This record gives sequence, structure tokens and C-alpha cells, in this order.
Amino acid sequence: MTKKMKLSDLTEMLKDLDVEALEGVNIEGDIEFDVSGVGLDPNLSYALGYEAAQVSLHIANIAKLLGYPVDQLFGASMGAVGQEAPSAEGIAAKTGLSELASSSFEVSPVKEWTHTIEEVTLGATSSDGGSRGNTITLGGENALPYYFDAEMPHRNYVTMDVFDLPISMAKSVRTNYEDVMDDPAEWAKKVVNEYNADMVTIHLVSTDPNIEDTSAKEASKVVEDVLQAVDVPLVIGGSGNPDKDPEVLEKAAEVAEGERALLASASLNLDYERIAKAATDHGHAILSWTQLEINAQKELNRKLMTQCNVPRDSILMDPTTAALGYGLDYAYTNMERIRLAGLTGDDELTFPMSSGTTNAWGARESWMKESPIQNDSDWGPREYRGPIWEISTGLALALAGNDLFMMMHPTSVQVLKEATQSLFGTKEAEDIDISNWIGAEV
Amino acid sequence: MKINSPLQAYKYLPGDNCGICGESTCMAFASRLIERSAELTDCEPILRDDQKKNFENLQELLRPEIREVDIGVGDKAVTIGGDDVLYRHKLTFFNKTVLTYDVWDTMDENDLAERVDHIENFQKFYVGQFLNADAIAIRSVSDEPSQFSETVKKVMEKTNLPIVLCSFNPEVLRAGLEVSSDRNPLIYAANKDNWQEVADIANDYGVPVTLFAPGDLDLLKSMALTFTKMGMENLVLDPGTYPTGTQLRNTFNNFIKLRRAGINGDREIAFPLMSVPLTSWLVYEDTVNASYWETVLACTFIIKYGDIMLLHSTEPYAMLPELHMRDTIYTDPRKPVMVDPGVYEVGSPTADSPVIITTNFALTYYTVESDLASNDIDCYLAAIDTEGIGVEAAVAGGQLTASKIKKGLEESEFDLKEQTNHKTLVLPGLAARLQGDVEDETGANVVIGPADSGRIPGWMDKNWPPSTE
Repeated sequence: MTKKMKLSDLTEMLKDLDVEALEGVNIEGDIEFDVSGVGLDPNLSYALGYEAAQVSLHIANIAKLLGYPVDQLFGASMGAVGQEAPSAEGIAAKTGLSELASSSFEVSPVKEWTHTIEEVTLGATSSDGGSRGNTITLGGENALPYYFDAEMPHRNYVTMDVFDLPISMAKSVRTNYEDVMDDPAEWAKKVVNEYNADMVTIHLVSTDPNIEDTSAKEASKVVEDVLQAVDVPLVIGGSGNPDKDPEVLEKAAEVAEGERALLASASLNLDYERIAKAATDHGHAILSWTQLEINAQKELNRKLMTQCNVPRDSILMDPTTAALGYGLDYAYTNMERIRLAGLTGDDELTFPMSSGTTNAWGARESWMKESPIQNDSDWGPREYRGPIWEISTGLALALAGNDLFMMMHPTSVQVLKEATQSLFGTKEAEDIDISNWIGAEV
Repeated sequence: MKINSPLQAYKYLPGDNCGICGESTCMAFASRLIERSAELTDCEPILRDDQKKNFENLQELLRPEIREVDIGVGDKAVTIGGDDVLYRHKLTFFNKTVLTYDVWDTMDENDLAERVDHIENFQKFYVGQFLNADAIAIRSVSDEPSQFSETVKKVMEKTNLPIVLCSFNPEVLRAGLEVSSDRNPLIYAANKDNWQEVADIANDYGVPVTLFAPGDLDLLKSMALTFTKMGMENLVLDPGTYPTGTQLRNTFNNFIKLRRAGINGDREIAFPLMSVPLTSWLVYEDTVNASYWETVLACTFIIKYGDIMLLHSTEPYAMLPELHMRDTIYTDPRKPVMVDPGVYEVGSPTADSPVIITTNFALTYYTVESDLASNDIDCYLAAIDTEGIGVEAAVAGGQLTASKIKKGLEESEFDLKEQTNHKTLVLPGLAARLQGDVEDETGANVVIGPADSGRIPGWMDKNWPPSTE
């Protein structure tokens, strides 16, 4: 705030200086100025301006009496002083003020974000008894993602899906994997070496009794193969069969001991205690999966912590990803609410999050050749629709606070990483001048 | 708005429970005002002269934090701004982001006509209605006033969609407005160099105006304050949309800062925000890359506070996700997730029509229903109570089971043996694993439909009527 000075103060000062010649100057009343932050109408502006000008004239006269070369100063900065002031009508007829009002923009950081999201590290290098080439740390946020309020300590990461048998997938995804679909180890190598995956998720879908009913022991061999093939941290997923998954994940946790994998998933409709025990016994983290219900998420997290003694730094949440057009509004808001609850102190929800972004490929817009609805406009080529569906689904959840993305299409992975890293602040790009964008020939 | 409890609104209302507004009590009406699901003008008594003071006071208290700006006239006119919250679950976001696609004044006449048609007529069916684009931006590339006004006229002959006139040259904007001001277009834009002339123009024609101060929130606020002082309140603020790198990060934070300050009560910048994802075309040359990044920017700023945006790509793979993202974010989160469980008739089913099982998750139900109806398939559609969860997740989570299906049919008093000749249920492809259980539980013949209901027409050709055992 600028210091306010009243004219009477000035008179007092001058009195102290014993300036006799000022006695003839008549200054009436006390006038204070504080014009910032007021939305003024033109007539009021004019009136105030008039008063201000009158006052400055008085003060200029005082300065003149004191021997300061006032005319010279005014001449230089404002042009001639002595002209007649324009009439009120003259100003009102013009819209224009001659100068922009001075103002500065201010906004405060959010005070309510007092809690830090847990940091969860996945993967273990040789110094920690594992064989991974690097570790990945998720979480640690003190604000919504990319917000100026607080530094975001870790970027988003992408883990790409690998399956232990060839599954049916959208054509534009399948074309990338046709050469490796029979070999999970080669598949894992491909996503890491060619598609820049930060992590690999090995889905042991063949263990489902309704698919191949592969034994847990047999399936764990695939985990060993993938651990051999790549040195990134691993997510180990079951088939989603609630009866079989505990056994499958137990065995997998055993063979991956020391590697600090993420076991996917514990949920309320299966024996989460067994999976939690497998994680704590063998040093893995656990994915706490619920279905678009914040209270269920709290309940499961609570059970994992209090009933199963899973340490706080070993829990990741998957609150469920619904694709764009298929419930993303619920998925987005559910994640945003969970993150906001965490930041404001709900310690049952202060965990990093993971999204099964691959679910976007379930949306017909991502894979169907053309719209099944008669009156729809042409949907255009599906090979471009699919990846952008996965990207936009993931991007929305990134903005809601999601940390780890499980994805499928190499283009989606590349674009989502670049977009989130731009927002994160580590993606350098040449500065673009947008000041004349209108005339661009595009 | 300045109040958040029905009691605070109630004390200004007449309190005689007259019922004219459609609510039985003034307190109920007050609740609707706070939820913003009713207008104060729905209360007739408060509009009387003797209530004027109450009306004005309450109107002021109820005014949304972010000002509303109208663009266009007639049926297609749009309103932007009007938000009261930073997170949609806190209430809902109002006035969906206006998706504006561009044309330019150096286009060949046929191309122009075709592009306007495409923008206006692009449609995507979704949950009972079509998603559409909202407005057309006309860019001056020639920088010639007469060429611009000619283009504006041609666009106006083709469409009643609201228009945005884009130039930094005041003469060009004036030429455009001379032929279009009765359409209440938005002009784009005043910047640090032309703001006085643009202010004159906006004032002369009484149209809304965009203020553009790329990357400079102090300047943007100064401009907003200046225009407000000059008596103009229909302002839209563009803090600049930088398409890449750390400039994009700053852009993102500028949108957040502006909206947060506005919602928190800084009236000087509490205006709707404009984003221009079109700037991605300044970086990428090929259509696919530019369209992808434009879509990325569009999605980002639909979610984070863009109230209107200017876009270039009219490729379906850009428009479809943009339209859906806008719908996603502006769907009222207070609306129910579920439809009532029960067996619904689609078309005019007979005893030979299929009985198709789905869930009561609203999105699933409406998707299946529209696939069936739009392909003229007469059938019974059973919405099983899965607590509002979709098929795949409900099978995984145990909300869709054989006993739930049996219970659903029984509770809606649908008797498969009585009402059909085929005694067959069609299970969704994603619930195939329930086939045996459902047969055991219901005694019905069970066939497996496609995994996506969009494929039901083709599936019907091959699989219906079902082969008899």
C-alpha cells in the first residue's frame, strides 16, 4: 500500500520549515486519495480527476514557492500545463481513457492444502536387493497437479500392458504387437525399448478358470521371464477372477521377491488379506482398487492399513477409470474428490493414484469402424480416433490427480507423456509467439 | 454467489407459500435458488413494486461470481461464464464451454460454404441427444476490411450460429460489425496496442469484446479494469494459450489463477475465459499432429476453466473427443447415475422379440437403448439393478449375477415363459461368463450377445431368432 498523505500534513510540514510565503495559500479540508481497485463510471472519474488536478495545481504552486522549477518538470512530462481543462462532456463523449488503469493481478495459494500425498516407490535396484535398473517414485504432491501452489515432486509415469496370452484388442492397437503377442518377454522388451514405457504391467489373464486356468505356479514363470527381459519396475496383475487372483498374486509375489513390484489388485470383493500379506511378506506395494466410490476406497484403504498392516508407503489407489463418453465424468470427479480430500487431511485417501487408461479402448469410438447410429456424422478413420480417445481419457485424469497410467497404444503413451511433462514443467520447447495468431495461414 | 444456505435466501422471499413458482413452500424455492435450479424471476410476488428492495438485494446475493456474457441471437445464442465453483462436484459447472471452429477470409467461396456446413451439421448422438459445435469464428487473414465484411456476410447467409469476429485491426473489426452487429457477435480482440480503438468499436455497436494479453495477467487485469471503467461489462478474457513446453505450463496456471481469483471474489477479473487451442497449428505442420495437440489443449482447457474456445481442426477424431469432453465436464454431477431397474419396451416388442439384459447404469442403459431404437429393433430391455455400475465392472464386482438377473425379471413381473415364444435371454458379451449360472438360475435359454451393443444389428441378422434346441 502506498502511504497516504493529507494536505494538512503538508501544511504542518511547511509550518515546521517556517515558510512564511505560504500563508496566503488556502488549502481546504483533508483530501485522501486511493483510487486503486474501484470500478468508476466515467463521470465520477472525471470529477475525481478534476479534483486531483486542482490539488496538484495547489501543490505545484507550493513547490514553485519553494523554488523548484515546476514548469520545466510539467513541460517535460505532460506537455503544456497552462491549457484549459477539457469539459466533462468532451470526456464523456469519448469511450476512451487515454491510458490503461494501473492494476496488478494477485491470487493466493490454497491454504487448505495442508497435507502431503504419500510417496510410493516402485522397483528396487541392486543396492536394495532387487535387479531393476531404476526405481520410480509416485506421489508426494502438496497441491493439485501442475498447480503453482506447490512444487510437484514427481512426474506422471506410464506402465504399458503386456498379457500372458494373445487377447482380442482393437485393430489399431493389435498392429503394434502382432510380432510379440505370443511371447510376454518379447512384448515387454518392445514396450520398453521401442515405446518408451516407464514400467511394464504383466497381466496374468490366462489364469482365469474360464480362459485357460493356467496354474499360479505356471503363471509365475511368466513373471520371472519378464523380470529377466526388462529392468524397469513391474506391475503384476491377475486375471480379475476374484477366486483365483489371491493365489496367483501370492505366487507371483514370491518369485518377484525383492523387486518391489505393484500387485494388482486388492478389492473388497476378493480375499484382499491374502494379497496384502503377499505384498508385505515379499516387499511389494499393493493396488487398492474400488469402483467409483470414494467411501469404498476409504474402507478398503483402512482395511489394508489397520487389518492387514500394509505400510502407508506401499499403497496405491485405483478408483476406476471409465472412458471418455462412458462415465469419465464420474471417474474424473471421483479422483478429484479423492485428491482434494487427501490434500485437506483425510489420511485414508492420501495415496498416489493409478488409472487403467486402457479402458478407453472399450469405448466404441476408439475401435469401431463407423458409427452404429444412423444419423451420426462420419466418424472418420478409426486409427486416429483410438489413440486420442486413450489420450483424452488419461489427460482428464491427470488433471484430477492421477499419477500412474496403465496404457496400450504407443502413440497415446508418447502424446500423454509429452502433454503431462509440459504441464509438469520439464518439457522444453521453443518459445512460440502467439501475439498475431489470427493472421496465421493455417 | 454470496450466500450458500436456503435460510439466507428465504428471508428475502415473501414467505406466504403461494406456490406460483411451482414449489409448495418458499423454503423449497429458496433451496432451488441456492442450487441454481430456479430463477428468482419465477417468484411472481417478489416482482411487485413493494418488494423491489428484497428483489434487488436477493438478486445481488444470488449473482454468480463469474459474470455471464451472451453471444449471438435467437435459438442458437449462447451464454458463457456464470460459474460459482472451482470443482464441479461442489455444485456443477454452468454454461458449457462454447466450442467455436474457424473459417477465414481468404477461403475460396465453395470451401467456405462447405466448411460452415460441416461445422454447423456435425453431430454425434449421445444419451438421447446430439452433441454439436456451437459457434463459428471468422479470422481476418487478408487484413482487408472489405474482404472481411464480405466473408462475414457469406457466413451469415449460411448459418445462424453465433459468430466471433477475429482481427487485431480495428478497421477490419468495424467493417465486420457493420454487417453483423445485429447478430451480437463477440469481437476478438483488444490488445495492448489497439485497445482504445477496439473499445470505441465495442461501445459503438454494443457487442461483447475479448481482451487479449498473452502471458501477462497484470496487463489483462488493467485492460479489464479500464474497459469496466468505460462502462463495458460484456468482456471475455484471453490470457493467451501457448501450445507447448513451459509456456504451456504457465498458460495452464494463468487459467487457474484467473478463475480462482474470480471465484474468490476479485470482481475486476471475474469474466469468462477464452482459450485458443488453435495455436497448436503455429507449431505443427501436418494435420494429424496439429489436430492431436489442439485436442490435447482443448481437453485441458475445457476441464480447467475455458468458457469459450477457438479451434481449427474439424477432423472427426478432434471434434468427437472435444464434444465428449465438454459434455463430460458440464454434465450435472447431481443428476442420478442410474435408471430405475425394470424391463423396458423398445419399439413395439412381440412374443418373438428378444429380451436383452443390461445394467441400470444410466450411460450403459441409454447407449444400449439408443443403439436398439435407432436401428428399429423391437425388443424388451431389462435394466438389472447393478447399483449403477456398467456391465464389465459389475460382472467383476459381483453386482451383476445370475440371481440379480432373476430377481430383476421377477420384480418387474416379466414372465419369460408367458411373454415370449422363445424363452431366451440375451446376455451382454461382457457378461458371457454368467451364461451357465443364468441358465441354472432362471431355467431360460441363454445366448450371448455382442460385447458392444452397437453390434446388435449385425448380431441379430445372424443369431435371431435363436435356434431351437
